Amino acid sequence: MSARAIAETVTDPELPMLTLAELGVLRDVTEETGRVEVTITPTYTGCPALDAMRADLRSRLAGAGYADVRIRTVLDPPWTTDWISDSGHRKLREAGIAPPGPAPRRAPGPIPLTLGPTRRVRCPRCGSADTVELSRFGATACKSLRRCESCREPFEHFKEI
Amino acid sequence: MPSDNPFEALSEQSDDARWAFGTGFDDPLAGIDPSVPDGVDRDALAAYCLMLGDDALVMSHRLQEWCTHAPELEEEVALANIALDLLGQARLLLARAGVAEGKGRGEDDFAYFRDASDFRNVGLAEAENGDFAYSTVRLLMFATWRLALLDRLTFSADPVLAAIAAKSVKEVAYHRDHAALWTVRLGDGTALSHDRTQRALDDLWPLTGELFATHEVERRMADAGAGADPSDVRDEFDAVLDEVLARATLRRPEPVPPHLAGRDGAHSPAFTALLTEMQSLAREHPGATW
Repeated sequence: MSARAIAETVTDPELPMLTLAELGVLRDVTEETGRVEVTITPTYTGCPALDAMRADLRSRLAGAGYADVRIRTVLDPPWTTDWISDSGHRKLREAGIAPPGPAPRRAPGPIPLTLGPTRRVRCPRCGSADTVELSRFGATACKSLRRCESCREPFEHFKEI
Repeated sequence: MPSDNPFEALSEQSDDARWAFGTGFDDPLAGIDPSVPDGVDRDALAAYCLMLGDDALVMSHRLQEWCTHAPELEEEVALANIALDLLGQARLLLARAGVAEGKGRGEDDFAYFRDASDFRNVGLAEAENGDFAYSTVRLLMFATWRLALLDRLTFSADPVLAAIAAKSVKEVAYHRDHAALWTVRLGDGTALSHDRTQRALDDLWPLTGELFATHEVERRMADAGAGADPSDVRDEFDAVLDEVLARATLRRPEPVPPHLAGRDGAHSPAFTALLTEMQSLAREHPGATW
């Protein structure tokens, strides 16, 4: 298997149903005379999963015979939920997590306050659009907590950034 | 094999796979081009990154103090998440300061082995938590100010600082709006919550003067196109505060003249206590790993 194919199978430590490729964290894999360079980008600056991702990538590639692996981090352009693939969206929904909508587009001028209800999010269980935000911060930095008013179940929503 | 959780994944590699002080986290800037562009003074860049990094580190620590004390579980989680974002920003900024300084110091050296007078954070970040209204109003003021600064820094002549700012803007926009929602809820809540929130605003307001004073380092960085002059963000800060306070039925106190304090290394006794706790383990067991 190519180094890229192997790197693409490594999953996110916090969201094990998603690969780093589907999450958009895996930016590039190059292979030159036995040396592999993997480029990743962090989702959030404080995301503690980043070190785990590096460790997972290294151990998986080493297990496939790639001993010389360099993992490069890029901050720019910053990660956006728009990079989560279609299969990533599907797997999130199957895991009961509402996938992110399009990331907010920035108009010129100061970043506006968002005090009202945020965008419409569909319940990943019953599909109802009648859901409310309970907290903008969930169990991990990337998710908020919501409740469906139709089926009354709470669920997580992958925040758009 | 894929790991079920990050702790397990980290334990697979004992060399770079642990948490917090003495646990050998990867350099947060590992694999990032370290060069400093021509036209950006290395010493000024180092001092500037320490200012911004210390703001984030100290504010993060105050938010961490809410763990197990927040009024409800969701808020506990929210404050911890905000603290984690700011800690991530602090790690990147302190690491960048170390690269610019070029003396081999890293994030842990800056966080754990400097004394209070060497820290450059503003007083607002170090003020004690007080009650939930205090912490909410403080976070609103801090995040509004920081967001305006970071937004300007996305155009910094230093590409690493610009990239850190671009990532951080997305995070701090959530922090500010979260604090704004709580300020509205408390201010426009019961008579008791309104009064306590107004009192928090009145008590903390004198610390806002420091947010808009321009330190020599900030002026040099702004002149070089690499930094943001804090005196430029006052209008934006006031506009956001006015919008939130109007909805919260709270009254904005009179403007405070700009003055320097924390940026010059002047700190409150409460800050010394904070540092004593934060640094105790690292200083008692320098170089320890586990």
